[in-house]
Parts: sequence; C-alpha cells; structure tokens
Amino acid sequence: MTETPIPPKGRGPLARREARLAWGLLAPTIISVSLVVILPLLAIFWISFKPIGLADLRPPSLSVNEQLRDADEAEPYIRYRVRNTSQDIALSSARFSDSFPEGVEPGAVPEGCTYAARTLTCDLGEVEAGGRSEIRVPILADDPEAMEDPLEDSEPEVVVKAPNILTNFEFSLENFARVFDGGEFWSVLWVTLVYTVFGTIGALVMGLFAAMLLNKSFRGQGILRGLYLFPYVAPVIAVAFTWVTLFDPFSGSANALLIQMGVTEEAINFFGQRPLALIMVIIFEIWRYFPLSFLFILARMQSIDTDMYEAADMDGASPFQKFWYLSLPQLLGILSVLFLLRFIWTFNKFDDIFLLTGGNAGTRTLTVNVYEQAFAISNIGAGAAVAVVIFGCLIAFSVVFFKWISREEGL
Amino acid sequence: MWRGYLTAPVLGALWMLVVATTVAVGFSFATGEAFRPSVGLCLLWGVVVGLSAVMRLGSVSMLGAVIGLAGVTLAGVGPMVIGADVGGLAEWLSALVLGASFAVSFWGIVAGLKPGVLTRHEFEEAVIRFLTGFGYIFFTAIVVIPFYVMVMTSLKNQQALLQNPLDFSIELSRGWDLLRSYVELFGQYDFGRYLWTSFYISCLTVFITLLFSVPGAYAVARLRFVGRAAFSRSILLIYMVPMIVLALPIYIAFSQMGLRNTVFGIVLIYPVTTIPVALYMLQGYFRGLPAEVEEAGLMDGLSRLAVIWKITLPLALPALASVSLYVFMIAWNEFLLAFMLLDDPSKFTLTRAVTSLNSSEVPRQHLMAGAVIATVPIMVLFLGLEKFMTKGLTAGSVKG
Repeated sequence: MTETPIPPKGRGPLARREARLAWGLLAPTIISVSLVVILPLLAIFWISFKPIGLADLRPPSLSVNEQLRDADEAEPYIRYRVRNTSQDIALSSARFSDSFPEGVEPGAVPEGCTYAARTLTCDLGEVEAGGRSEIRVPILADDPEAMEDPLEDSEPEVVVKAPNILTNFEFSLENFARVFDGGEFWSVLWVTLVYTVFGTIGALVMGLFAAMLLNKSFRGQGILRGLYLFPYVAPVIAVAFTWVTLFDPFSGSANALLIQMGVTEEAINFFGQRPLALIMVIIFEIWRYFPLSFLFILARMQSIDTDMYEAADMDGASPFQKFWYLSLPQLLGILSVLFLLRFIWTFNKFDDIFLLTGGNAGTRTLTVNVYEQAFAISNIGAGAAVAVVIFGCLIAFSVVFFKWISREEGL
Repeated sequence: MWRGYLTAPVLGALWMLVVATTVAVGFSFATGEAFRPSVGLCLLWGVVVGLSAVMRLGSVSMLGAVIGLAGVTLAGVGPMVIGADVGGLAEWLSALVLGASFAVSFWGIVAGLKPGVLTRHEFEEAVIRFLTGFGYIFFTAIVVIPFYVMVMTSLKNQQALLQNPLDFSIELSRGWDLLRSYVELFGQYDFGRYLWTSFYISCLTVFITLLFSVPGAYAVARLRFVGRAAFSRSILLIYMVPMIVLALPIYIAFSQMGLRNTVFGIVLIYPVTTIPVALYMLQGYFRGLPAEVEEAGLMDGLSRLAVIWKITLPLALPALASVSLYVFMIAWNEFLLAFMLLDDPSKFTLTRAVTSLNSSEVPRQHLMAGAVIATVPIMVLFLGLEKFMTKGLTAGSVKG
C-alpha cells in the first residue's frame, strides 16, 4: 500500500511572497487613490451635514492696526485698532503682542495688558462677530516723531482661537432640508433623468447607425472612422463653445441659415429658452458621444462570424431580416453594457451642460446643481448635500450594473 | 410599395430633398449667399426623375438628368432656389453640382430596380442604399460643420461676422491679416505659455500614471493574492465616481493647504483621475500576453521586477502607447478641475485659458481661435496615431 501524497495545506512560502509582492506593487496606487477618492468621498458626507458657506473657507481673523498719534504734542500715544474680520463668527482668547523699539517705553500699561522684555501683550478675551475696539497706550520717548517709523514697522503678532466649522462637531440636517424642500429639486431630478435617458439612447442608436455604415471595407473607411471620432476626441471647451457660437441667436450661422431657408421667421434662441435648451443639450450629448458607441459596436460587429450570414443568404434572408435576427442579437451584449456605462456617465456629466447653458433655461441637472449651490449661491454645505444625493444614485446604479455586467461578457 | 414604379419615385423624392438640402447648405456656408431647397419642387422633380429612371422613359439617361436638373434649377423652378443676387459662377456651379450629385448617386440607388413587382431583396437593398447614402451625408455633415465653423470663424473679423454669419468665404485679399486672432492670442493673451503649461502637465500626468498603474496592473493581471477579484471590481467602481462629487472636498482641501492656484496641485490631482482607467486598460493587455515567456524568464533566474522590466514591458509597448495617448487626451481636455482650482492667469492650462476668453469683451473669433489652438494638437496626435488611439479608446472603455 502506497501512501497517497497529500497536497500541502494553506499557502506556501512562494504564494505568500507573491501576494506580498502584489500588494507592494499595488500600494502606491491604493494610497494615492484613497487619498484623492476615498477621503474626499468621506469628506463630502461630513460637509453635507454642516452649515458651511464659501466664506467660511477663509478663517476669521483679528486685524490689528497700529498707529502713533499726537507725536508732535505733549501726550503722544499709540493707538491699536482691533477688528474681528468676520461678521458672524466670534473669536475667543484673542491676544496680540507688539514689540517696542529702543528708546520708547509705554507711559502706562492699559488694563488687560502687560509689558515685559520690551514687548506689550494685550489680552482681549472674547471678540464678538464684527466687533471693534481701540486700545491707547501713552508713550514716553525723547523724540516721538523720530520713533514713528520704527514703532509702526513692527507688526503686532496676533493669536486667536476661532472655531473652525470644518473640524468642529456641529451638524445639522439643514442642507438636506433645503435641497429636498424646494420644489426645484424634483424638477432638477426630472431634467437629469430626461437628459440621461435620451442622451444615452440617442448616442447608442446613432452609434449603431454609424457602425453599420462603416462595417464594410472600402477606400477611405479609415478616414471616415477617424473623422467620426472627432467630436469625442476634441476638447469639450472647444466643441461646446463652437456650438454656442453656431447657435447664437444674434450672430449664429444656424439661425442665419434657417432664416434664409425660410424655416423660421426670426432668430431662435436655441440655448436660452425652455424646452428647446434641454433638447439642444441632449442633441449635443448625442453628437459628442455617438463616436464612442460607434467604436465599440463596430469592434463587436467585425468579430461576428461571417459564416452565419452566408448561411442566411442561402436560406434567402433579406437584408433587414439578417440585421434583425442575426446582427442585433449578437450586439445585444455590447449594447446593454454600453447602455449601462453611458447611463452612469451621462448622469454624472457636468462640463457639457455647464459650458453650453450654465444650467439656465431648464437644463439644470444634479451635477450642475452642485456647482450652483456651492459657488453661485456660495453654500458649500448645500452643494455637498446634492453631491451626496448623486453619490447615492450612483451606488444604486452600480448595484444594477454589477448584477448585469457579471452576466455579460467583455467588461 | 414593392413595385418599382412606386419605390423609385418615393426614394427619388426623399433623395432629392437630401441632396438639395446638402448642396444648398454647402453653398450657403461656402459663399454666404442665399441658396435654399424648395420642398415642393424637390418632391416633384424627385418623383419625375425617379419614375423616368426606373421606367426607362424615352432616352432618359444619367447625363440627361444632370443637364435637365441643372437647367430647371437655373431657370428658377428646380429643387433648389438660388437667391436673386447670386453671381454667375456660383449660380452655374451650384446648379451643376446639384444635378450631377443627384443623378450619379440616384442611379446607384435605383440600380437593379425594375418597373414591375420587386422581390423583398431588391426592395430592401434599394432602401438600404438610400439609407447608406443618407447616413454618409448626415454624419459627415454633423461632424464637419461645427469644426468648419470653428476654424472659419477664427479667421473672420467681428464686423464681417455680424454682417453675415453665413459668409465663411475666405477673404484672401486680407493676406496674413487672416491669422490676426491667432497672432493676438499668442502675442497679447499669452497663449504660448498656456500651450506649454498644458503640454507639460499632460506629459507629467502620463508619466506619473504609467509609473503607478504599470506595477498595479501587472499585480492584478498576473499575481495571485487574496482580494484580487474585489480589487479589480473596485477599480471599475472608482472610475465611475463623478468628478463633481470629488471636486468640492478637493477644492476645500486645496484651499486650506494652499495648493489652489498651483501647477503642483494640478499635477497631484490629474494622475489620480487617470490611474484607475489606465490600470483597468493595462491589466486587460497584460492578461493577453503569454504567461509562458515570463515563466521562462523566472526559470532563468530573473526576479519578478526584472521580468516586468525586461520582458513584459517591451511586449506591451503598443499597449503602453495606447494608454499614454488616452491619458494624454484626458489630461489635455480636462476642464472642471482646472476651472475650479486655477484663478491666476499665469498658471492657466489651455482649457482654462480658453474658458476665460468666453466673455462679452473678447470678440468671438478670438474664442474660436482659442478653441482651434486647443483642438489642433490633440487632433494631430490623434490622426497621426489613429491605430493606437482607437485601441486606447475601446480598451479605455467609456470614460467621460
């Protein structure tokens, strides 16, 4: 009886070394991506619960203005003007210190101040929001007028404690209440969905059409393929501004052409009126992204076995039948993958609409709303709340996506 | 419908509309004069030509159709109406082009159609030929027109633009003055500097991205470790996170750390947006490489890192080229982060600089010239390396 060899249990030293190497190779990526993706994602949740405006990013400070007064009179004095630069945040433990040059001594030290080692230190305690005060220190000097420059040149040093809205533990649901409360939110969500659904489907259908055009070899096929990719490859600023110029109501060529052809009597404000603006933005989306669907669909088409078509020809199938019963089922996989990916990407799209209409005339989508809230209305907290909503939608899509994608080949 | 004498006139009418509109738009854009299709006459002449072509009436031939259509157009009752003040040459030329392009293409479409009953094949093939022709015209027009308008607008002056927005004829008499917007952009608006900034930021982004993603992709593709599948999924997930969601925290963090308005900050952030894409593309390529060659290398006593450096990378060179091009394109075209993080004109990237031209004080042709300057380098790169680029695009999947 021979002993059957037993495979070693667990992972051997080699496997462990390989895993170590793998994590080593991945470490830089993991660290950098978590720093710039995971951390901000956590931060956006944190911020969305905070009442924070754009102005809060500049921390409040105490401005101290020092001046020598009455230098040519009997009782010269230094006047410190203190001001809280913030209009709504109080400062605590405010203190400043100022050093005196040689030859000058304070005549009397005001209350709350101390003088030691040629340095005057004044404790101000609490300074209310927008609060100002003045401190006068009479000075003794042989020639006060000559001391003006040395005195004023030494900048007072300020120490304050300001509550930092970003790091404290003050939370509120106000941002979410504000976002969901206005009837505007639902219209924004509606616009986003319309834009996403029509943009995605349009780009897919156009891509399918273009792919069928180029799915035969002829001279110049390469050139046409390159040409049809232009809208996607060109920078978004270039094409968006071109569209705005082309459809300008006053000096746009499109309007001039339409008027000349007798389609319309007067100029149409393509990007400035509802619901035309939304339609235009969707058309732009389709125009810009059909190349991508076309590229993918073409790649899939060219890998379909031609035998099948020959067999169908023998059976007398007509061209449309071949497309409907043979090509389309073969393309269904890539079409559904493209649909899901494009759906998510279109939902997340910001630049295009922002550059075309700035979110005006009924084209404000969720992403544009983030920017509007945070920078136009200067309410970062509200912007973050919208971003959280977007992220929530994204998670929901991703669940669907991975359910589907695992069934589909390719990606 | 499946009778030739019905199919041909219908296709003829529709095709006449397509051709007349195309020629009218083309000549309008080229000359700025009034050309327009007349729907009713289009349908009429389309039916006439279609019917006579398929019924082989009398001595109607392709040449006859060319001359006939040009004739009726010049007489003012053709499918295309030519404005009264259009000069001789343009008038004759447009009529001839209309007649010739319609006749030649239409004889192709109706080839094989006969007056009697058509088989389903014959009918569908004619329809497909029609759709194909329409498709080529349609796609070429929608792609070419915006780029044509972009380039031509940049060569005009404000006054001419306002006078006739359709007139894109080049006034050769202006000579070098045609390029005035470009000269001013480079001279007064400092576009040379922005071009350079964008260029080196994009190159740095490509470099850093490759530095990070090559080892990472290799690990995911070749090495076995716990959590490999989960990792490769989370890459996909990360690259779906919208930038606008990340932009706010990044803006805040950069403001607090003084990284706003610095090229350093931009170079810090761009690669992170491209690393997941690059990693995802590269791991696909690495999987496609034969593992045996690498194993042979390992047997010969090379370390893993030496294998990557000496065997895998040289084999994956075309893949690296595709990925680099794709990443370069993303970095070059990036708008949102540059827009949010850069306020100081001396640090602008090209896209940010072009955005700043979009104001009522800057004439339109400058904005368009800026757009051309931003587009040309990426287009040159794209056309020169089309093979790599398309590969990169398909592998790079559907980002942005």
